[in-house]
Amino acid sequence: MDPIMLSRIQYALTTIFHFFFVPLSIGLVLLVAIMETLYVVKGKEIYKTMAKFWGKLFLINFAVGVVTGILQEFQFGMNWSEYSRFVGDVFGAPLAIEALLAFFMESTFIGLWIFGWDRLSKKVHLACIWLVFVGTFLSALWILAANSFMQHPVGFEINNGRAEMNDFFALITNGQLLVEFPHTIFGALMTGAFVVTGISAYKLMKKQDVEIFRKSFNIAIIIALVSSFGVAFSGHFQAQYLVETQPMKMAASEGTWTTTEDPAPWTVVAFIDPDKQESTGEIKIPGLLSYLSYSKFSGSVKGMKELQAEYEQTYGPGDYIPPVRTTFWSFRIMIAAGGLMIALALYGTFLAMRKKLEVAGKWFMRLMVFAISLPFIANTSGWIMTEVGRQPWTVFGYMTTEAGVSPNVSAGTILFSTIAFTAAYTVLGIVMVYLFVREIKAGPFAVEKPEDHDESADPFGVDGGYSVVTK
Amino acid sequence: MEVIPLSLSELWFLLIAVLFVGFFFLEGFDFGVGMSTGIIAKTDRERRTLINSIGPFWDGNEVWLITAGGAMFAAFPHWYATLFSGFYLPLVVVLLALIGRGVAFEFRSKMKQQRWRKTWDIIIVVSSALLPFLFGVVFATLMKGLPIDGEMQLRAGFLDIVNPYTVIGGLSVTLLCLVHGLLFASLRTVGDLRERALKTAQKLMLPLAALLAVYALMTYFMTDVFAVRGWALWIMVVLGAVSLALAAYFVRQKREGWAFGMTGAVIAIAFASVFIGLFPRVMVSSFGAAYDLTVYNAASGAYSLKVMTIVACTLLPFVLGYQIWSYYIFRKRLNEQHHLEY
Ligand code: HDD
Ligand code: HEM
Ligand code: HEM
Repeated sequence: MDPIMLSRIQYALTTIFHFFFVPLSIGLVLLVAIMETLYVVKGKEIYKTMAKFWGKLFLINFAVGVVTGILQEFQFGMNWSEYSRFVGDVFGAPLAIEALLAFFMESTFIGLWIFGWDRLSKKVHLACIWLVFVGTFLSALWILAANSFMQHPVGFEINNGRAEMNDFFALITNGQLLVEFPHTIFGALMTGAFVVTGISAYKLMKKQDVEIFRKSFNIAIIIALVSSFGVAFSGHFQAQYLVETQPMKMAASEGTWTTTEDPAPWTVVAFIDPDKQESTGEIKIPGLLSYLSYSKFSGSVKGMKELQAEYEQTYGPGDYIPPVRTTFWSFRIMIAAGGLMIALALYGTFLAMRKKLEVAGKWFMRLMVFAISLPFIANTSGWIMTEVGRQPWTVFGYMTTEAGVSPNVSAGTILFSTIAFTAAYTVLGIVMVYLFVREIKAGPFAVEKPEDHDESADPFGVDGGYSVVTK
Repeated sequence: MEVIPLSLSELWFLLIAVLFVGFFFLEGFDFGVGMSTGIIAKTDRERRTLINSIGPFWDGNEVWLITAGGAMFAAFPHWYATLFSGFYLPLVVVLLALIGRGVAFEFRSKMKQQRWRKTWDIIIVVSSALLPFLFGVVFATLMKGLPIDGEMQLRAGFLDIVNPYTVIGGLSVTLLCLVHGLLFASLRTVGDLRERALKTAQKLMLPLAALLAVYALMTYFMTDVFAVRGWALWIMVVLGAVSLALAAYFVRQKREGWAFGMTGAVIAIAFASVFIGLFPRVMVSSFGAAYDLTVYNAASGAYSLKVMTIVACTLLPFVLGYQIWSYYIFRKRLNEQHHLEY
């Protein structure tokens, strides 16, 4: 295989892996912060227990998010050095700001939060977890500012064959960022919320620590409801923006080869044949694509063939059609997962408000446990659609993915590192899932029987933080 | 802009130097504590005490590296691109070590099984030793020069990266971090563990001095930095030697706070010397000065640097403020009897 393909595979694998943990961190830390706030405001121990239990899961997840993130940062220089040379000026700035503004904040305050239960006053301790949330939020903002530049380059000029920043403000008010950021954040909050409701449903089904998990479910289901609507609305804005700025991606995600009729129908499923450049067996919902694209039931959407001709005019000869099947199906998977989650969040909220959670029947609880997988599926397919649909560009209109790869790194080397990282990540994934399941099974009041005096049982146990000895 | 004696790209070189020096000063001790878990801890409880002594800090310390990388990417894209793609394989190992080390701290005390803990313990010790070694090698190589061509591409062979000079450099950094970490451990523990940490540090002082002396000597003969910088580097060498001597003195006096400060000074001086020796180059080409990457030909545009300068000057005080506050909160010693989070 050639270095380009290998670099892409490595990038996709490691980034998707990173993004399993990222949204869960963002979503969970918000819920932990809310629970601790309830503890501080209401003074009831149960909220502290909740914050500590979910906090433990959050920390395991966070650790993996952090270590996989470091690899992300290094990878641009290692595998995509030409890309880095070309965009460093514009793209490096948000990454540096992300580190300075967000990563320092996250890492310092998470240290204070873990080790500070008995060192800090309740309010300061609470402030720490909120600052961790702010940190994750800012981190997402800046990395997405970088990503948005790739989708829709603004605020720069080409000098000496490099993109040089000339308008920082344009970079951070990029229209792409304004639609991408809320969508990604809502997706992340949804991830945290569905993980908490799913685990709570499991525990409720088992009738373990019922009060804690009922309360957890009730808090999380509200976040789930709000964010699932948030994700749908912001997704709608993204689609509109997409039609304007990257029409080819929109056409590919619809499998439309030729410009649609007016109003444009939304294709639910289709057989796509990229070689013959046609889609068959489509099931369509009339007018919906017009609505998705323009917020009204009229207007047609351009097809890939027309766009290919247009792009050739602008950018010269080349193949500007991204992998259509991947883009098409990932879009549908995301939307299907989103639709399902909206329904579940609605019904779950209904049950929670009626205080009927326990009588809801096992089928709903089982469904909620299964639904833990949905946000992960949606997040991953969302990114695949966004990134694959941008191909062949890495910086839309300015640099192709092919041109970005490091010329001085051989295919064998990349293959080796890909295998090494994949192996490491596989181990990491297994260990992490194992620890998660273990913590969940053990529950919030887990006290392991001490095997020897040497050990304190639960790291967040009731003797609460190590006390202090002065010299 | 003429009022500023430094050009912006020179300023950013300075800032990146500060970030790396900060990284090695801070992460240096947690590398050292990581190594020391394999050397001075006798029981699981002691190992945990050591790990917990760096618990609240190590992640924040690592962000200094991430920030240095980000700053390099933003301010000197060519430096970032040439360095990271050119040192591909060493960086793969660095990444694997960082990954293993990061999760090991979080995971090791989550289960009690001997095998589980042993595995993570080994990962902590090995990665904590491997990382300073590899960073030492990379920094030594930067000074010695590498085959960088007219396209700014670095195609280094094994021997360009691994040779006696760079290996001595790597070992020096590793040993320096170990002593620095032992002193940190002695600062944050009590009783037996503290005694052992101090005693081990004391024993390592002489080998450390010898290694650093050999490395300085090799640097004199095998690189051009003394020739380029002259007296400035000699001052650094003298300062470094004095700090090291003071560190040895304070260790003997059992004043670990002062000793820790002095090993920190040695680290800062050593890495500052690298940057002083390099300037205005950021990477030396063995094909001749025309191929060197410098702060001028590797830098971003002026606008970008200006924006970054404003952002960095605004944010850095806050970052320093809350990091110092966090060290202040956790200033007390850890007692073995007590509850440990990690
Ligand atoms: C800051 C920039 C940035 C951000 C936030 C993301 N990506 Fe991306 N993505 C790139 C920058 C990028 C890139 C460096 O530009 C790649 C590599 C090659 C390319 O064309 O784009 C890329 C490619 C790329 C590919 C391979 C596409 C292909 O080669 O066909 C996938 C599957 C993803 N990304 C997925 C993701 C996921 C799951 C992300 C969530 C974290 C993500 N991207 C965030
Ligand atoms: C592809 C580009 C990306 C790069 C270069 C990158 C870089 C990093 C780095 C270096 C870290 C470790 C920070 C630490 O040690 O605290 C990290 C963690 C993190 N990243 Fe990424 N990241 C990328 C994508 C994303 C995206 C798209 C998001 C959010 C939408 C994101 C959100 C986060 C968050 C919240 C963390 C904190 C740790 C955790 O997730 O558990 N990252 N990232
Ligand atoms: C319910 C209807 C949804 C619609 C209409 C929708 C729409 C979109 C669109 C159009 C994009 C591509 C934007 C671009 O390439 O510029 C996108 C990307 C994405 N979606 Fe969705 N989405 C929906 C649901 C979800 C759900 C439920 C999640 C996750 C829980 C999710 C997570 C993502 C992510 C992570 C991305 C990539 C980042 C980005 O471009 O924002 N989406 N979505």
